[in-house]
Amino acid sequence: MKPSKLLRLPAVLACLGVASAHAAWQTNLTPGVTEVGESVYQLHMIIFWICVAIGVVVFGVMFWSIINHRKSKGAKPAQFHESTTVEILWTIIPFVILIAMAVPATGTLIKMYDASDAAVDIKVTGYQWKWKYDYLNEEVGFFSNLSTSQDQIYNRDEKGENYLLEVDEPLVIPVGKKVRFLVTANDVIHSWWVPDLAVKRDAIPGFVNEAWTQAEKVGVYRGQCAELCGKDHGFMPIVVKVVSEPEYKEWVLAKQEVARQEYELKNKEWTLDELMTRGEKTYGTYCAGCHQPDGAGLPPAFPALKGSQIAKGPIESHADIVLHGKAGTAMQAFASQLNEVDIAAVVTYERNAWGNSMGDMLTPQQVAAMKNK
Amino acid sequence: MSAVIESDHHDHHHGPAKGLMRWVLTTNHKDIGSMYLWFSFIMFLIGGTMALIIRAELFEPGMQIVKPEFFNQMTTMHGLIMVFGAVMPAFVGLANWLIPMMVGAPDMALPRMNNWSFWILPFAFGLLLSTLFMDGGGPNFGWTFYAPLSTTYAPPSVTFFIFAVHMMGVSSIMGAINVIATILNLRAPGMTYMKMPLFVWTWLITAFLLIAVMPVLAGVVTMMLMDIHFGTSFFNAEGGGDPVLFQHVFWFFGHPEVYIMILPAFGIASAIIPTFSRKPLFGYPSMVYATASIAILSFIVWAHHMFTVGLPLAGELFFMYATMLIAVPTGVKIFNWVATMFRGSLTFETPMLFSIAFVILFTIGGFSGLMLAIAPVDFQYHDTYFVVAHFHYVLVPGAIFSIFAAAYFWLPKWTGHMYNETLGKVHFWMSFIGLNLTFFPMHFVGLAGMPRRIPDYALQFADFNQISSVGAFIFGTTQLLFLFIVIQCIRGGKKASAQVWEGADGLEWTLPSPAPYHSFAQPPVIK
Ligand code: HEC
Ligand SMILES: [Cu+2]
Repeated sequence: MKPSKLLRLPAVLACLGVASAHAAWQTNLTPGVTEVGESVYQLHMIIFWICVAIGVVVFGVMFWSIINHRKSKGAKPAQFHESTTVEILWTIIPFVILIAMAVPATGTLIKMYDASDAAVDIKVTGYQWKWKYDYLNEEVGFFSNLSTSQDQIYNRDEKGENYLLEVDEPLVIPVGKKVRFLVTANDVIHSWWVPDLAVKRDAIPGFVNEAWTQAEKVGVYRGQCAELCGKDHGFMPIVVKVVSEPEYKEWVLAKQEVARQEYELKNKEWTLDELMTRGEKTYGTYCAGCHQPDGAGLPPAFPALKGSQIAKGPIESHADIVLHGKAGTAMQAFASQLNEVDIAAVVTYERNAWGNSMGDMLTPQQVAAMKNK
Repeated sequence: MSAVIESDHHDHHHGPAKGLMRWVLTTNHKDIGSMYLWFSFIMFLIGGTMALIIRAELFEPGMQIVKPEFFNQMTTMHGLIMVFGAVMPAFVGLANWLIPMMVGAPDMALPRMNNWSFWILPFAFGLLLSTLFMDGGGPNFGWTFYAPLSTTYAPPSVTFFIFAVHMMGVSSIMGAINVIATILNLRAPGMTYMKMPLFVWTWLITAFLLIAVMPVLAGVVTMMLMDIHFGTSFFNAEGGGDPVLFQHVFWFFGHPEVYIMILPAFGIASAIIPTFSRKPLFGYPSMVYATASIAILSFIVWAHHMFTVGLPLAGELFFMYATMLIAVPTGVKIFNWVATMFRGSLTFETPMLFSIAFVILFTIGGFSGLMLAIAPVDFQYHDTYFVVAHFHYVLVPGAIFSIFAAAYFWLPKWTGHMYNETLGKVHFWMSFIGLNLTFFPMHFVGLAGMPRRIPDYALQFADFNQISSVGAFIFGTTQLLFLFIVIQCIRGGKKASAQVWEGADGLEWTLPSPAPYHSFAQPPVIK
């Protein structure tokens, strides 16, 4: 077995070498910033050390035999092949260890399942490929999209510190308060996961799953969608900002104010140029993932909008598919996701960008009328 | 059957027919076994190439080589091909070669069906692979194909995928029926159940598992087909259906499937370790009972793959306890192997090296499995690279190493020549190093928070991914050496004796090497 050790050495050294070069490297589960996270971490470490202990015994006996009971050393084989006592022992002992493990695990699980008495209720909805957060009692709601640029992803630009783990609008929650999440999805199954908050819940269309957290430390915590949900599954991160109670209150008020202003915008008279500028932004955030920034789409999964029959056809049917989507396809109904201004802007943009040059425009007032029909 | 036996009496009919038609029409268990094994190896290389595409893309952060859509097709196809195309057919191939020789029979019980069940496979996998060239690409929803990603949101080629899965299922069920019929009916007089080699036992149990769960797989893909083409809503929430139902049905198949891929490996290790320890297997009866308990328990643990879907607390607890329980019989097996080695007289030929690595690395995979069973902690592990590390530790050094071990162990019996021992050892050590470099770091990135099935990742995961990719290329290219060793052994080499290995015990070693075309023309006498 000598060559075995010699050959394994470089591999082990390589691992250790790199590991020590990056002292900040995370190689273990995070205890996070919640009490539940801490007990999960404890459970993880206990079961890990139990496994190590069993491993030492089992592999110890094995290597003892490998080293001492080899034919080349003249070992003569014993002929025993049965012992009921030993068999019973090594059935019972693991069983007892397992029971010892199951008890604390059950306790933690029961705690995780108790989402009662929450101070804040947030509905989390998974979309292909973004998250929507609705604060149920504060009347605040918004989408949260990946904010890493395509240039960084396609290596045309240097990657930032939080590459792929940054969003345009993070979720904000108060520190030290129990926050309940009601997790669901709009299209396929996603999974909302923030390791530091010890929450992972599948977001399933047609189901509302419950989870909760209580962060004990102010800070920014990052996570990702954990269930394969299609093309951009790797590109729908989660960022949670835990802030102090007063800061949280302020943030809610500011959010409500922005919503009011947005609401007012829809009565304004918009020009084609203004709609185009706003539409380009909306398109980039909400549509480019499927239809691509240049409008060429990814046929046959996602059709091109450049030169498309619909984008160059009657404006009503164009607005209709954007508002109501197309059942049974990835094209969602955006009526509930975007306000009148954004719908007007994005439709106008699609009709005039990439050489579609229809020259016409849709106004927020028209969108409002269509929505009320 | 009787025709097959009769032909043994005429020497000029003794050997196989000539030319291509020998392989198309053959009903001989050795020919069919060889075809299964070659087929499996080709699939192993194809699935492996896909894994290397994945590892190349993940070598560093950013998208370099493939698009996310294609990446998803690669992860999906890699999984499907390795599970259904490489591991399962390899075990069926080994069953074909070995079971008749081990129970003292001339051939399998149902030779014509045997031919059928093999020849379905190339068509099934041809169809599956062809989807990669279809409009919209091949399956891209993961090998677990969760609805509605695999139904409402699937590429058009999903229908062909469904059809291919049906064909694989038919093939597996026919193979399983054949194994059961052979073992129950063709054992030599005097070979009672408790005298059967463990490989025969584990395959018997595996075959029952296959018959129990392949129809469930067929059911779930048929429900998908109905949802896609006939307007039903089994898995479509908008129509009143239930996406979680899909997962229950899938994993009711999927969990026993995991054991289908590992029980025969237990049988192989139980043949090889005693041989090179020159000592009888420790605790034969407990091995049989442990295998049976694992098989039975495998039916009541499926929802441990679904701890985060929102099961009620009681369900969560039940599946956690049941899953932890599986550690007991699995532990018994490992203890028995170690006790077999203890105070033996050990030598370390290639099959033994692969078997020892099997026991060690499979145990490591078992440990991470035990960790994953703890439901509250699984909330953190689930769908991360920790899970990827876990199942690759049980499948690569588990299933695949045992297949290599078996190949080296019985090749001399099959070909009549010894393989090149030095090259065999090189193959082992390169595989061993490559495998650990590939999969061990995945534990770390998983714990640090890297989700599985993503084509690009945050910067803090970069270094470990790089190590994994280097390991994967070492492991992958090394397998070409195996191909070379096998071909070399078929074409020539030192003549093998009937006994081959000093410590070998069992009916197959009473036959000359290479074994005659129709294994036992006369039933052997069992002491
Ligand atoms: C998740 C992927 C996805 C996103 C995001 C998406 N679409 Fe679509 N879109 C589709 C698909 C798929 C179709 C094709 C539906 C069908 O089968 O007719 C489509 C069709 C369309 C069409 C009709 C095109 C034609 O020629 O048939 C328009 C217009 C359109 N989308 C506009 C938008 C706008 C505006 C947005 C952003 C607000 C958007 N889409 C976001 C997937 C998407
Ligand atoms: Cu997602």
